[in-house]
Amino acid sequence: MDFSSLFSDSLQQAFGTSAIVYCLAAIGLNIHFGYTGLLNFGQAAFMAVGGYTMAMFVTQWDVSLWLAMLAGLGLTAVLAILLGIPTLRLRADYLAIVTIAAAEIVRQVYGSIALKKYFGAQDGLTAFSADFRALNPFDGPVDLGIVSWGKNDAWVVLVGWFVVALCCLVVWLLMRSPWGRILKSIREDEDAVRSLGKNVYYYKMQSLMLGGMIGALAGFVTALKSAAINPSFFATDVTFFAYTVLLIGGAARVLGPVVGAIIFWFLLTFLDLFFSAATDDVGSVLIPSSIMTNQQASLVRFIVMGLALMLLMIFRPQGIFGDRRELAIDGR
Amino acid sequence: MPLRRLACISVLIALLAGLFGLFWSSTASAASGAVADEAAAGANCAKAERDDDTIHVRVCLRDRRGNANDPVPGVSVSVETLDGTPIGETVTDADGLADIDLGNAIDVLGNQYRIKIDTDTLPEGTALQNPKDVERVTQKLQLQTDYAVTFPIDDEIVEPSNWDLAVNLLATGLVYSSILAMASLGLNMVFGTTGLTNFAHGELMTFGALIAFAIDSLPGSISIAGHDFSVVVACLVGFLASGIFGWLNDKGLWLPLRRRGTGVIAMMIVSIGLSIFLRNLYQYFAGGQNHNYSQYTNISPMTFGPLQVTSLQITVFIVSVTVLVVACLLLQYTRLGKATRAVADNPALAASSGINVERVINRVWVFGAALAGLSGALLGVTQGFNYQVGYKALLMIFAAVCLGGLGTVWGAIAGAFVIGIFIELSTLVVPDELKYVGALGVLIVVLMVRPQGILGRRERIG
Repeated sequence: MDFSSLFSDSLQQAFGTSAIVYCLAAIGLNIHFGYTGLLNFGQAAFMAVGGYTMAMFVTQWDVSLWLAMLAGLGLTAVLAILLGIPTLRLRADYLAIVTIAAAEIVRQVYGSIALKKYFGAQDGLTAFSADFRALNPFDGPVDLGIVSWGKNDAWVVLVGWFVVALCCLVVWLLMRSPWGRILKSIREDEDAVRSLGKNVYYYKMQSLMLGGMIGALAGFVTALKSAAINPSFFATDVTFFAYTVLLIGGAARVLGPVVGAIIFWFLLTFLDLFFSAATDDVGSVLIPSSIMTNQQASLVRFIVMGLALMLLMIFRPQGIFGDRRELAIDGR
Repeated sequence: MPLRRLACISVLIALLAGLFGLFWSSTASAASGAVADEAAAGANCAKAERDDDTIHVRVCLRDRRGNANDPVPGVSVSVETLDGTPIGETVTDADGLADIDLGNAIDVLGNQYRIKIDTDTLPEGTALQNPKDVERVTQKLQLQTDYAVTFPIDDEIVEPSNWDLAVNLLATGLVYSSILAMASLGLNMVFGTTGLTNFAHGELMTFGALIAFAIDSLPGSISIAGHDFSVVVACLVGFLASGIFGWLNDKGLWLPLRRRGTGVIAMMIVSIGLSIFLRNLYQYFAGGQNHNYSQYTNISPMTFGPLQVTSLQITVFIVSVTVLVVACLLLQYTRLGKATRAVADNPALAASSGINVERVINRVWVFGAALAGLSGALLGVTQGFNYQVGYKALLMIFAAVCLGGLGTVWGAIAGAFVIGIFIELSTLVVPDELKYVGALGVLIVVLMVRPQGILGRRERIG
């Protein structure tokens, strides 16, 4: 087994396009869950609405990609309002159930054959990323020694991490402002905030919208990184893994999602490559196929991730950087 | 406040209406695209040469039943101008041809005509292949040749009336809801006593289905008095094994967490981790493909008037309803059942009146998991299963439980029946692939109007 290539491939994924998607999704969740204490289990819905709106506006009406992105952000905000209205007054688990239901509704509608001419059913949409690729300054693959990306990936990686940095800056600035302090106090004690004359409902709504719009950015990156979009990108597990990312790094920390995404993708890729190499018939077989076949090997990473999420939540809910006192896990 | 709620609901209804509008327009345009293949059909309707200046409309009727291509005689065909002036009417001859003289070419070139078929004169049990053919408008006559059209005839499709369809869907819905109700009851009992929204509940269902499948695929079969009861025994084992699995779940994971004082939200996230862990573990061992049990996969339905049901459906329904009734009676009248309801109502008060809360919670886990396992196994028997069967049902369980009222016994069952029947009946209006979307939409609307659910109480929600 070639450990150096295993290591560099994992590192490439850790800083690659998928890590950016999960990082942005987790930054959105950080605003919801980490700072405001809202249990949004439908981040995939925000990503899907963002990504699909962008793709559909370009393919259907031939609008410029940048306008389509604005539309995506706008519709995501509308989705946040629609989800927030029935649930933000209720207990946390209602928001969880409604958002997870909404994510499923969104995914099934985008994948439906009846609406194929708008959203392309299971095939999804393609041919919308020309405007983005036209700005690509790289004219060949980019090799940084250990890691290297193709021309298009490198451009997505560059822009993606820039957007991540921008989002982190925005979150940092917002959370040290009076507005951010109110969000945090809502997480700590909603009634106390209410007694100070703040309208908790509106602050929660704003938080849901802001986090959802950052989720939409994740949706844009999802669509642009493969120049295609389809419903399978937005399965419910995407949200759950975004939570894992958030909890690894530490909720309610500005850089938590960034560190979390890097570690998550490093581990996920490493486990995948390790076990598929270990069970490969060609090389030296470490694990006999009676225990694990090559097909089963690809599942080990998800088994480990599920276990990791459980153990993390039980033994170190604050993640790497977090502060245990600053965590909305005790509910109401 | 009611005004705002009204506004929200109207926005939501408008959105739903818009969605249905989209479906309607897209299905309508799909239908109009289905134009008969005129050119190919025309080849079979030979043209008789004529030598004069008139233009005729030659209508050819072909019987395409069973891939044949036979002439259809005796059908009355008429031609009129676009403003409705009749030109001529005739009956198809032995070759299935109707020939109508339009008049001198100089007079009729550039005109359009409407060709009508009198569907009452078609042979018994047949209909036009394309129902829109009853009237067909010709193109503008450009050439000085006869205008030939072919109308394919096919079996008359007897559309089941909406009522018949509804009755059958209702039956399917009842079977599905009774299965769903067992799983919902389990989830709701756990929620009621511990406050945990268990995202791994679907995996308890899959566990039951998998254990039943494993027992079923053991070599040999279990026969009692000459009848093969393998699947029945397998389901029973699945039921019992799930109960043990529930016990393990509680003792191994949830009890220690409660002892540590872990909050409900943290436990919810732990249950998500457990769900991901178990689901992939199931796929690891059972593979990603669909499984069917060895029996009852291909039963011909029995017909009662418009209703068509299989004996399997009836059996599953009776079994589920019996289990539900027994469960409710146990909860209502036994000591443990009363203790369960007391704990669900107020754990502290229950503990202070001498109830061993942890023991009750443990029994609830055993019982709830066993119910979930049985429902998974029965779902597997009725429609086959894969490693995701419970995970896919989970959202429907949530919808049922929220609809009925989180934490209430009767609410879970009532909600499951409403959701299950709604899912099936909604296919009368929405495409089949989107039937779950409607149910989830209902969930959101209910939370808007009556957040405590049908049978829930106000104080549980805020």
